[in-house]
Amino acid sequence: MSASIAPRRRSALLFLLRGNPVTCAALVLFAAIVAVAAIGPLLLVSDPLATHAAHTLEAPSAEFWCGTDEVGRDVFARIVVAARLDLVIACAAVAISFAIGSVLGGAAGFFGGWVDAVTARIVDTLMAFPLFLLAMAIISALGNNTANVVYATAIVNLPFYIRMARAEAAQRRGAGFVEAARLGGAGSARVLFAHVYPNILPPLMVQISLNLGWAILNAAGLSFIGLGVRPPTPEWGIMVADGAADIVSGAWWVSLFPGLALMLTVFCFNLIGDGLRDLLDPRLRS
Amino acid sequence: MARPSPWRYVGRRILSALPVLAGVVVITFVLTRMLPGDPALYYAGQVDSFQAVEEVRHRMGLDRPLPVQFVAYVGDLLHGDLGQSLSTGQSVGREIVQRLPASFELMAVALAVGMALAIPLGVAAATRPGSLLDHACRVTGTAGVSLPTFFTGLVLIYVLYYLLGIAPAPVGRFPSFMRPPPSVTGLLTVDCLLAGDFGKFRVACAQLALPALTMAIFTLAPLMRMTRASMLGVLSSEFVRQARANGMPWPRLLFGTALRNAMLPVVTTMGMIASSMLGANVLVERVFAWPGVGSYALDAMVSLDYAPLQGFVLTMSVLYVLINLLIDVLYGIIDPRVRFEA
Repeated sequence: MSASIAPRRRSALLFLLRGNPVTCAALVLFAAIVAVAAIGPLLLVSDPLATHAAHTLEAPSAEFWCGTDEVGRDVFARIVVAARLDLVIACAAVAISFAIGSVLGGAAGFFGGWVDAVTARIVDTLMAFPLFLLAMAIISALGNNTANVVYATAIVNLPFYIRMARAEAAQRRGAGFVEAARLGGAGSARVLFAHVYPNILPPLMVQISLNLGWAILNAAGLSFIGLGVRPPTPEWGIMVADGAADIVSGAWWVSLFPGLALMLTVFCFNLIGDGLRDLLDPRLRS
Repeated sequence: MARPSPWRYVGRRILSALPVLAGVVVITFVLTRMLPGDPALYYAGQVDSFQAVEEVRHRMGLDRPLPVQFVAYVGDLLHGDLGQSLSTGQSVGREIVQRLPASFELMAVALAVGMALAIPLGVAAATRPGSLLDHACRVTGTAGVSLPTFFTGLVLIYVLYYLLGIAPAPVGRFPSFMRPPPSVTGLLTVDCLLAGDFGKFRVACAQLALPALTMAIFTLAPLMRMTRASMLGVLSSEFVRQARANGMPWPRLLFGTALRNAMLPVVTTMGMIASSMLGANVLVERVFAWPGVGSYALDAMVSLDYAPLQGFVLTMSVLYVLINLLIDVLYGIIDPRVRFEA
């Protein structure tokens, strides 16, 4: 029986994706970005850190596809190398806030009582700060380095996961399958992690996708103002900042290409998030 | 059921903001004490003696237990004392108050422009769902959320200043060769008008245009999305159908009855938008050399002077709590249903 269901399910997914060409395009783009981040740096001929004194601030050419910056570094090579760092920062931050937030929020929604009350206070306090400013304050306190960008982004995002997981778990607390599991002799922890938790994951997936884009923007914004990743490490936000002074004198390529890479990546994550939401929650389909 | 008094709701909402404010102060205190480096070492300067550092530490109260330090910190805050900037030697509180109008002017104009563009677009998209305009709004909406604010600002500078020469150079609020009008409100455009100087008013507006536009683009997408979604819901409701059947003229129905109801959820998203605007403001101020609180904090940060940064984050967070309080209170007054639920 399962053999006859599997192909039908696959075709249903294909059908949904075909009806959603924008999400399809976004998935292809996403695969391309991941491929660049994974193997791009290995294929590069030029060194992203090497300075070419004879080729400073050169416009895009056959030799330097995206031009060179003020000290003659190859902008294209730097964009490719930066892709990996930006993706790793965003994924690590989102993974941390997802792991902690979903468990904490799930427990709060499932048990209620004081667990819920304490979690709600934490969420309220974190949400009382403007997100980007809280991230700035955390990094300035913990120390200005890449790892702390990850932690700051994770902490700042935590409330969203807690809130969502809490709402979803609270909804399922009295569901039939939960009662059944209890009658079957499962303890609270087992009911929570084996029965409730897997059911709250789908809506959280949408949040992850939308959040990845935001996390990249957040990290790039922080390094743009000099927090987090330190130069000369290639990172999209730093590269845009490097070119900010040159743009007033007409050297657009130093900022434009890393900025476009950043925008395209975030756009891609947001499109996938929207598409996932449509797939998972047909009621929201417009 | 008796109609609950709006003032009881307002009072309760104000009380519920107090623990949040306390949380903000505690977290800021913890972050302040985790600062890299020893503040006593900074103040002791180049004196290389252990005794001198210990003396400064004692004078600053850094050798006392943390709870005692916390009480002193809260006491300072209540007096508006946010510490001193190491680089300028000025009181952080006073400098922030001086620079606040510049940031406020920028954010207020940006929000006004953003709303003026987003609401008509959202309404138009909602009245023709599935149309070309609707799809265009949806794609630009997602693209707008994906735009890094600092990048938008730089692209606008390149196109409108460097290529087309329409916009003035991104050198802050007012060109340095001109004398600014006497400061009354601190809002440069208002001060120019109060002084009756229309020439300077135009200069100030020109300087304001690009940064405000950059931030307006940033607020546009979420506002437009929310307006569209909420308008779609209202338009399919029964009271709108009823009003239409009764022969209410369409424009009056759309912009009077329907839009007024659709704006309620938009008001609630203003809290989220305020949060992201306060963050984006830092980036926009950096790009346009805007002399507001954001660039003050960043300038201090570059010279490893963290008191202004912490003071800035605390001030902005307290303001943000107050903004949220104001939004909720207004909402409770506009919409009686909220008072029943609360």
